[in-house]
Amino acid sequence: MRIRTLAVGLLVGGLALTACGKEGTPTDKPAEGQTGNAATLPEYVVAQNVDVAGSAAFAKAKGAKKITIGVKDDQPGLGKKDATTGQYSGFDIEIARMVAASLGFGKDQIEYKAIPSANREQAITNGDVAYYVGTYTINDKRKAQISFAGPYFQAGQDLLIRADDTSITSKDTLKGKKVCSVTGSTPIQNVRTQKLTEDANIVEFQGYSQCVDKLLTKDVDAVTTDDAILKGFAAQDKSAMKVIGQPFTKEPYGIGLGHDDKALRDKINDTLQKALDDGTWQKIYDATLGKSGSTATKPTLEKY
Amino acid sequence: MNVLLDNLDLFGPFFLTTIELFALAAVGSLIFGTFLAMLRVSPVPVFRAFGTAYVTIVRNTPLTLVFLFMVFAFPLLKVVKLDYFTAAVVALTVYTSAFICEVVRSGINTVPVGQAEAARALGLTFTQILGQIVLPQALRSVVPPLISTLIALLKNTTIAAGFSVAEAGAIRQYLSERGENQLVGLLWVALGFIILVSVLSVVQRSLEKRWSVAR
Amino acid sequence: MSNVLFDIPGPKARLRYRAFAVIGVVAVVALIAFVVYRFYDSGQFAPSKWEWLEYSQVQEDLLSATWFTIKAFGAGAVLALIFGAIFAAGRLSDHAWLRGISGVVVEFFRAIPLLVLMFLFYYGLPIAGVQTTPFLAVVLGLMLYNGSVLAEIFRAGIQSLPRGQSEAAYALGMRKTRVMISVLLPQAIRAMLPTIISQLVVLLKDTALGFLITYQELLYYAKFIGSQGDFARPIVPSTLVVGAIYVVMCLLLTALANYLEKRNRRNKKVIKTSAKNTGVIVLTGDAGGAAGGAA
Repeated sequence: MRIRTLAVGLLVGGLALTACGKEGTPTDKPAEGQTGNAATLPEYVVAQNVDVAGSAAFAKAKGAKKITIGVKDDQPGLGKKDATTGQYSGFDIEIARMVAASLGFGKDQIEYKAIPSANREQAITNGDVAYYVGTYTINDKRKAQISFAGPYFQAGQDLLIRADDTSITSKDTLKGKKVCSVTGSTPIQNVRTQKLTEDANIVEFQGYSQCVDKLLTKDVDAVTTDDAILKGFAAQDKSAMKVIGQPFTKEPYGIGLGHDDKALRDKINDTLQKALDDGTWQKIYDATLGKSGSTATKPTLEKY
Repeated sequence: MNVLLDNLDLFGPFFLTTIELFALAAVGSLIFGTFLAMLRVSPVPVFRAFGTAYVTIVRNTPLTLVFLFMVFAFPLLKVVKLDYFTAAVVALTVYTSAFICEVVRSGINTVPVGQAEAARALGLTFTQILGQIVLPQALRSVVPPLISTLIALLKNTTIAAGFSVAEAGAIRQYLSERGENQLVGLLWVALGFIILVSVLSVVQRSLEKRWSVAR
Repeated sequence: MSNVLFDIPGPKARLRYRAFAVIGVVAVVALIAFVVYRFYDSGQFAPSKWEWLEYSQVQEDLLSATWFTIKAFGAGAVLALIFGAIFAAGRLSDHAWLRGISGVVVEFFRAIPLLVLMFLFYYGLPIAGVQTTPFLAVVLGLMLYNGSVLAEIFRAGIQSLPRGQSEAAYALGMRKTRVMISVLLPQAIRAMLPTIISQLVVLLKDTALGFLITYQELLYYAKFIGSQGDFARPIVPSTLVVGAIYVVMCLLLTALANYLEKRNRRNKKVIKTSAKNTGVIVLTGDAGGAAGGAA
């Protein structure tokens, strides 16, 4: 009896779910890059007859006629998957797309693979992805396992606060304030070791968006991590949140590649250099992270 | 060994928090669980229904969801402001007491019917029968499943790591950021839990021995 | 037992119970109303926080997340049952060394939190050079943890059978394996079915831990939807929806358990053993199944 009632309930629920499916994105959301202030995304010219001699990752992608790129799917403004359309968007995604175009892969030849921070090295060494673009800080520990092209962005640890909060102006005014970040992450350990706030005021969750939720409900006073990530959240709701804009660490973001793939690294570095020089980089920034209202300085490539 | 010794500042306080979390939630759920069991055998039909509904819903909800509610939905009620440690204790208590309730209730069912009948013949009230005659006997007979539930509670404390409580479940993330060997670190965490569980098993055996003589 | 704890209510008591009933119902309704009001007040029921449910992509993803949960549950349950059967047999073996090893393995995996097991497989093994996927880590964790609990349930079930059963079987000239497979196991499984199923409910709930190692199941999706700025970060609504799905799935399993128990009871032959033995097991066997539960 009970089983039957439940089954009927499920059936009805399932029908209701499938019957009223809406396509597309919420209508009140302005389409990416069409907010009027000339911040439109650039179009990338897909290069023809490219060859990167000696790159196994490139050969593999060319053989398959599609390229797999590792990205993040939960960082607004950087790399985010839209829940309603399944499309990826953001600064990192644009960089990934631009690099793919220079390698001869068009929009529909790209397959994005969402890979969280903890698995990046593994995915790259396994060859699951041709390259990885997703808030990937270049450091020596990682360089031992993989190699980096770039940096394509110069990030640094910063603070995200409520737009109407005037009591926090820099990292030195955090005393007595509740600060939130991801459990055990470097930014929160910086806060702890530099004693920026009391231990009891440190709040740690699984993801930044939970911290942002707590920020807006005033359960915490600041969210801390790389400014690029914070800008992405601020751009979502400019009237409610702002980034302080005084980064106190240096986090150069690079494109992760196989350890011995010098050929591909050089090729990508050339593409990045060109984009920095001809204004493409600036255009991408303005149409994505720049929407938060803050500016960014161009990074200098580190070729090795 | 180095992973443990170099990071004693992690392992020590984090495991201590685990133990605190466990102790508070254990006491809380023993009290609340017994209360729920009393509801479920009470003469008032509505109370029985409440008890049943609570146990059914909570037993079929993942603990992580209980945590999500305590940490993200409960503050919206604006009743009291809980810090994250207290929220974790409450979430664990809410969840575990449903299991304790079922254990206690099965214990009540093992007490010979004559005991309650004799008590009723003496004119004792429901609370007196339960509190003075039935529950003391029932609790002794359910020591093993009770301790099993508490062991499950001890292991469940690791979920609090995702909700801003710095306890043993969070050690991995800290080790990973410090660039330590996570495999070795996790094995040490596992060993820590094996030790804690063994302590509980010893408690169980001694309680069983003492109470079986007394009966 | 519960009905001998109190006398049949007289007219006065009945009146009192009715008063309690009214007070109780009013209190609960007031509590629910208060919760709903506060959620409403804080904008949790605002259309913008629920709009996501209308999109076909979201619905498909929600279904696929449910499928991921079911997939992990299915694989985990089958493997845990096999693991449990093997190690229960090991603990009941005639060879002391086999009993010893099985005992150590079962106790070991019962003592380690499931979360730590999953972390070990997902983050730990790659360091030792073994590649794993989130799915593999979740399933292995579920298998080892729930399998060792199930091993204890099986063992308790077999040990609770009257000794005459195996003695009679040996007297008929059956070998050990034959006795176990044809005589003991069928009876034990029947007697232990409710406990086994309630352990499977625990296993189903435990799949929710998978989101911590990026296995894309229901809770992972709830978190993903909850982070969508376009829908005003609907953490509470998405948790409510996913919570409801979990409760329904678990209730279906529980309903299956109740159904099987009832069918058992109808079968006259089983009445004595199952009624008596489940009672004994709840008491003496440390059936972590009924009592335990990780997530």
